[in-house]
Amino acid sequence: MIPELGHFALAVALALAIVQAVFPLLGVKFNKPQWVALAKPAATAQFFLLVISFGCLIYAFIVSDFSVKLVASHSNTAMPTIYKVSAVWGNHEGSLLLWALVLAGWGYAVAIFSRSIPAVMLARVLSVMGFVGIGFLLFLIMTSNPFERLPFPPAEGRTLNPLLQDFGLAIHPPMLYMGYVGFSVAFAFAIAAMLGGKLDSAWARWARPWTNVAWIFLTGGITLGSWWAYYELGWGGWWFWDPVENASLLPWLVGTALIHSLAVTEKRAAFKSWTVLLAILAFSLSLLGTFLVRSGVLTSVHSFAADPERGLFILMFLAITIGASLMLYATRAPKLISTGKFELVSREVGLLVNNITLVVLTATVLLGTLYPLIIDALGMGKISVGPPYFNNISLPLGTVLLTMMGVGLFLRWKKDNPKRLIKILWVPAIMALVMAVVLPLLFIPEFKWKTTLGLLLSSWVALTALLWFVGQGRSPFIKPLSAWGAMIAHVGMAVTITGITLTSMYSVENDVRLEANGKPYEVSDYAFKFIAIEDHQGKNYKATRATVEITQGGKLLTTLYPEKRNYGAGTMPMTEAGIDGGLFRDLFIALGEPLGKKAWSFRIYHKPFVRWIWLGGILMVVGGLLAAFDGRYWRTRRRLKSNTSESKKAETLKGATST
Amino acid sequence: MKARQKRMVFVALGLVAVMGASFLISKAMKGNLAYLYAPEAVLAGDVPQGKLIRLGGLVKEGSLKRSDSALEARFIVTDNRGHEVTVVTHKILPDLFKEGKSSVSRGQLKADGIFYAEEVLAKHDANYMPEEVKDVLKKEHSPAQPVTEGTK
Repeated sequence: MIPELGHFALAVALALAIVQAVFPLLGVKFNKPQWVALAKPAATAQFFLLVISFGCLIYAFIVSDFSVKLVASHSNTAMPTIYKVSAVWGNHEGSLLLWALVLAGWGYAVAIFSRSIPAVMLARVLSVMGFVGIGFLLFLIMTSNPFERLPFPPAEGRTLNPLLQDFGLAIHPPMLYMGYVGFSVAFAFAIAAMLGGKLDSAWARWARPWTNVAWIFLTGGITLGSWWAYYELGWGGWWFWDPVENASLLPWLVGTALIHSLAVTEKRAAFKSWTVLLAILAFSLSLLGTFLVRSGVLTSVHSFAADPERGLFILMFLAITIGASLMLYATRAPKLISTGKFELVSREVGLLVNNITLVVLTATVLLGTLYPLIIDALGMGKISVGPPYFNNISLPLGTVLLTMMGVGLFLRWKKDNPKRLIKILWVPAIMALVMAVVLPLLFIPEFKWKTTLGLLLSSWVALTALLWFVGQGRSPFIKPLSAWGAMIAHVGMAVTITGITLTSMYSVENDVRLEANGKPYEVSDYAFKFIAIEDHQGKNYKATRATVEITQGGKLLTTLYPEKRNYGAGTMPMTEAGIDGGLFRDLFIALGEPLGKKAWSFRIYHKPFVRWIWLGGILMVVGGLLAAFDGRYWRTRRRLKSNTSESKKAETLKGATST
Repeated sequence: MKARQKRMVFVALGLVAVMGASFLISKAMKGNLAYLYAPEAVLAGDVPQGKLIRLGGLVKEGSLKRSDSALEARFIVTDNRGHEVTVVTHKILPDLFKEGKSSVSRGQLKADGIFYAEEVLAKHDANYMPEEVKDVLKKEHSPAQPVTEGTK
């Protein structure tokens, strides 16, 4: 009964999405306030129905209702409850339902926090989000019904991919989805602006916090995913340039560009059509990511089902969404006239360079990701694009980007004087240079130019951010939240870059053969001694567990227990690494295979500063949060009420929305 | 700045960006593309020696041999049609690596006809086989032909 209720709620949600998409738009066109007024209640109701639907699915998983096909194939009674719940989105259908739920959630949030947005604008925004919702709900109902029943329910279910039975995974996909789908709000705002034919700084002020929040979630999701891959996949890497990882990086890059471009649109009424294009791109890349991951074009931990029908549906949805929005852009963008004037040396141009670099980086990563697919589709052979391609590209582009990050903060709007800039910037430049040269000399015996470059850039970004922050606001102590946000996010980037540089340059990664109680393996001043191997019974798995003692200078530092786990018949064995983490280095050991004669293979890593990569990600999230909750957005919202674009139409329709 | 000048700046920036990107891409693509070959292509001499490529196929039953003293594994990759290539690796084999199952190795073919793998991948579950390897095995009756044509 409960699953049917969930299915029914899904169908009603689709009907409501259609109402939300069609009526407000027609209402604006034909001036029917009652129709426009439908936008908010439809968005609200659609969200609550999807909550019910999703709740029903969670319930089916928790009580292990194996008559539901999805539950039977992805969950069993032995699994801990938290993984029963996370199994809901550890599969194709459930994760799509989560996607639709998150989309409706964003729509609901827009409907609630929109008192200051003119009714016409709000109607259009919600309508666009309704259209996106229709696409996903149709996809769910037509090709991927999560509530499908089995005629002969099995007594026990299969299991969730053991890789996915992990806390990191329990929160990584919802987080990433919040980010992906969050760009639908910026997208909807952009389409609404084009439909209205007007885009002013009030518009940018509405769109900014939404874009920020989406970016925060995406940043958090990517950081979590990288951390999860590091400790759970047993490879000890933090980024593989895997197509699926790239799929999440692409909207992040464009989203970062969008955040900065929106600032220009708000403050200087410039870059209007560029901002709109970025908003379309960010969401399109989110959709493309979904297509790549969910269509089975790529094979990885992330692709659950390779069903050509599904792939075709997403591809068509993608083509319609991107095609229609770009067509609209082609006809309407020329009308979005940017009035702000600026000189060659100005913050506008600084941000433009940052934007262009980010977009170029996006394009090259996209090319590297799609190239093997295109070549294969053309029948020209099967190739893979290796990580060196992406590394070679991000090094020079990242250098430009990080250099501009420091300069851009100090540039003045409209017009600046290069001499003034040099007067300010030589101090952090010299300091960064000293840090980049002296620090490696003190701590690292060998000189590598990439280390120096990486440290130079990261200390440059951090120092300029701090210096800029000190000069912000009237009082030396009380700063606006947005200034805190920008400073912390920039410092976070610097921390991540430091981590990337030092981990990439100085990691020791070795596959070795160790005999029980044999000769220890030495990495820098650590000695890894393999003591013994034994069987270990876990909650819902059996494991082979090794005991490895790590000594430093003859003293026992720690004992690690890398495992090889087996989650029962029919599942893949998996590696659980032993990690001794620290702020300045991680020691990582994974168990390989038995080699006979009491010997096993081990993968031993020494990774300096690897945690800085994720620490920086956390700082960026904190910075983004502070910026999104800057009082400015919320105060001005009230003040600007009905005093903006299309205010006449808004007046006529005002009564309609107050209900 | 006048509108015309501003447009010029935009155009110039765009040009620089496009040129820079194409330069970087062409430079980075060089030597970083690894084509997939079947054992048949290796035996036919179509595979350049000392170049980074990928070799796909099934791991022959009973062919996996490990060294007693070092971390070294040898196995034979086959297409089940008599074409066999020996692979040597000094890396840990993945959890999913099994005899009789598919694998893709990344590495170089040396003059001794042995494929030295830097990385061995195995991706399969009960009924899943990497698409690429499937194609290697499917070519049962087709004439001798490498999986890939663009070998340059």
